[in-house]
Amino acid sequence: MDITPHDRAPGDETTPEARRDETLAGLQAYLIGLGLSLILTATSFWAATTSALWAPGVAIGLVVLAIAQMGVHLVFFLHITTGPDNVNNVLALAFGVMIVGLVVIGSLWIMVHLNANMMPSATG
Amino acid sequence: MLGKLSWSAIPTHEPIDMIASGLMILSIGGILIGITVKGHWPYLWREWLTSVDHKRIGVMYCLLAMVMLLRGFTDAIMMRAQQAFAAGGAQGYLPPEHYDQVFSAHGTIMIFFVAMPFIVGLMNFAVPLQLGVRDVAFPTLNSVSLWLAASGALLVNISLVIGNFARTGWFAYPPLSELRFSPDVGVDYYLWALQISGVGTLLGGVNLVTTILKLRAPGMSYMRMPMFCWTALASNLLIIAAFPVLTAAFAMLLLDRYLGFHFFTVGHGGNMMMYVDLFWVWGHPEVYILILPPFGVFSEVVATFSGKPLFGYRSMVAATLAICILSFMVWLHHFFTMGAGADVNSVFGIISMIIAVPTGVKIFNWLFTMYRGRLRLTVPTLWTIGFMITFAIGGATGVLLAIPPIDFIVHDTVFLVAHFHNVIIAGVLFGAFAGYNYWFPKAFGFTLDEGWGKASFWCWLIGFYLAFMPLYWLGLEGMPRRMQHYQDLGWQPWLQVAAVGALVILCGIACIIIQLVVSIRTRDRRRDTTGDPWNGRTLEWATPSPPPMWNFPSLPQVEGEDAFWHMKQLAREGEGQPAQPAAYGPIEMPKNSPTGFITAFFAVVTGFALIWHIWWMVGLGLAGAFATTLVFAWRDVAEMEIPAEQVASFYEAHPAGLLR
Repeated sequence: MDITPHDRAPGDETTPEARRDETLAGLQAYLIGLGLSLILTATSFWAATTSALWAPGVAIGLVVLAIAQMGVHLVFFLHITTGPDNVNNVLALAFGVMIVGLVVIGSLWIMVHLNANMMPSATG
Repeated sequence: MLGKLSWSAIPTHEPIDMIASGLMILSIGGILIGITVKGHWPYLWREWLTSVDHKRIGVMYCLLAMVMLLRGFTDAIMMRAQQAFAAGGAQGYLPPEHYDQVFSAHGTIMIFFVAMPFIVGLMNFAVPLQLGVRDVAFPTLNSVSLWLAASGALLVNISLVIGNFARTGWFAYPPLSELRFSPDVGVDYYLWALQISGVGTLLGGVNLVTTILKLRAPGMSYMRMPMFCWTALASNLLIIAAFPVLTAAFAMLLLDRYLGFHFFTVGHGGNMMMYVDLFWVWGHPEVYILILPPFGVFSEVVATFSGKPLFGYRSMVAATLAICILSFMVWLHHFFTMGAGADVNSVFGIISMIIAVPTGVKIFNWLFTMYRGRLRLTVPTLWTIGFMITFAIGGATGVLLAIPPIDFIVHDTVFLVAHFHNVIIAGVLFGAFAGYNYWFPKAFGFTLDEGWGKASFWCWLIGFYLAFMPLYWLGLEGMPRRMQHYQDLGWQPWLQVAAVGALVILCGIACIIIQLVVSIRTRDRRRDTTGDPWNGRTLEWATPSPPPMWNFPSLPQVEGEDAFWHMKQLAREGEGQPAQPAAYGPIEMPKNSPTGFITAFFAVVTGFALIWHIWWMVGLGLAGAFATTLVFAWRDVAEMEIPAEQVASFYEAHPAGLLR
């Protein structure tokens, strides 16, 4: 997509035709994204309920589908691309993922430790 | 009809409370009546309360911080007075439940309503000017942020008159803060005040990050940004990353208290340690949110008053970003003793010690900037030198506390109290005062009095050492923090020295107020007609003081670090940009909007109603806030055009500033 409809600054001049093209291109991206995420969701539900698959592989398959879902959301809804004017967004995403990773992994590690070392709670 | 609210909520049986409330109501009432009598309301409403100008919002943030500093300091001096007397048989004048409120309010106010608004105010004022742009990315949102912060402050102050404040310490750990052990409204005041102001802080963080990433003058690449903008970027990134965690933790505690959930309760599967963990996931980044912008202020001050470029600019940027990330990897050191094992403690202890490295890099960079510079010992320079010496001590005790075995010995003692006051007063407050003295002439067009400024600095510095060095000693002696009363008479002389220290700091605060009054009275002979009173290096000094609403008539072209210094050099050689454009064009600026003020009004209504369980009023407040948002969203005209003639006549009347 060479039109980048989502980073127009307020006050930028555009013609009505250009704006219409932008809106259509944007709508197309959203529709593709919606379709893909629906397919992925449906596949996950099918995989979780079917008995046609090798049971231990289902969990791994669900993880893969979830990560694919995240990718679809990032690309089609949050417009993370590799374009040169997208560096800020990609960096912000990387920073966010790193912080969330630190917090979640750190908290889990800490809480497991606390649970192991603390007296069992009286009322459970 | 009025939920839990009744006449008994007013603490008529507590004389100290009543005197404090009376004084507060009298002073606020006096100010309001004064404004009404003099007929200043239309001016205030038009020019300040509804302003979306980043400079005025910055000034109002700083004003909020200074007013709340008085409140927080009153709490401090009450505690120092109590501990100076309440030894052995003497019980002092504050009963335990009141003393508990005082230390909880002191911590909450000083962190959330003094330190935060002060640094946010300085960033709001200076960052767009330094970047060479006209305003922040979302001007009306900026006003909303300010007024939400003020709403939180107002709720905390209402708790003085109606009901009571939390008695849980400033971090409100469960299970003490749960309904079972704190059934009254104190914790609710704490939670809702901080939720409301926290939303404001988060929105402000989004605003400034967007401004720095997206709105810079042409040529202002990242590696040409002034150091203060870098530290502001890092600080606001931390705000965006950390504040949602606090909001979530508070939301869970609120669900526990209001809807019978069991996130942090004793029993029913609740786990209070999860709150402690989440609170410090926010709490440690928070101290770097507070300290990074002052580091930026010191960088600007040192470079300006040494007449040299900042030494090691790139290492300074790297150190800032390293601190930004490391600050998210150390939070466990706030609860080493709460049950984690040796491997968790050692990992977090070592990372905590590592943070001292980038901070040390910064200290050396400032020293090397001063080295062989022509240092001018102005008030901002004094604050900076006082900071470097005092903060180094605080940093050293911080590294001590980062060692888990030592932390086990001195945790929860006044050694810790001395440590964090050492870094927050000497770091954040000294930085805020340096920035206040440094940028005041830019904001108001006249300089602050040097004599009273220096007096305030020496009072604060000496008062700080008197007040907190004894606490280090007492902490090593084993004195726990937060004691309303103690048996060991050997501690008393030290605590009396600390009380004297608080009195010296009080003199420092008085000097700051006198400095402001004297400077306003003698403003005519201390006018800054050049726009550049300190021979500055960055773009904010390129406009007249005070800057016009639009900051710059046309966006400046930046060709290197220290953009304004470079321009001045070119101008001296008779080259560079023309001093005056051939003709001024009209300038488009955001229109003033009462959205922020009205939203905040409804936020106070909602918060107060939630605290007292007045459900119809909650609905009213939320509906009002929502309606305000709708009205703003459907506005027809968001901007106004300042005609070219007005721009031209401004620069005719203000023949100062290089960029005009």
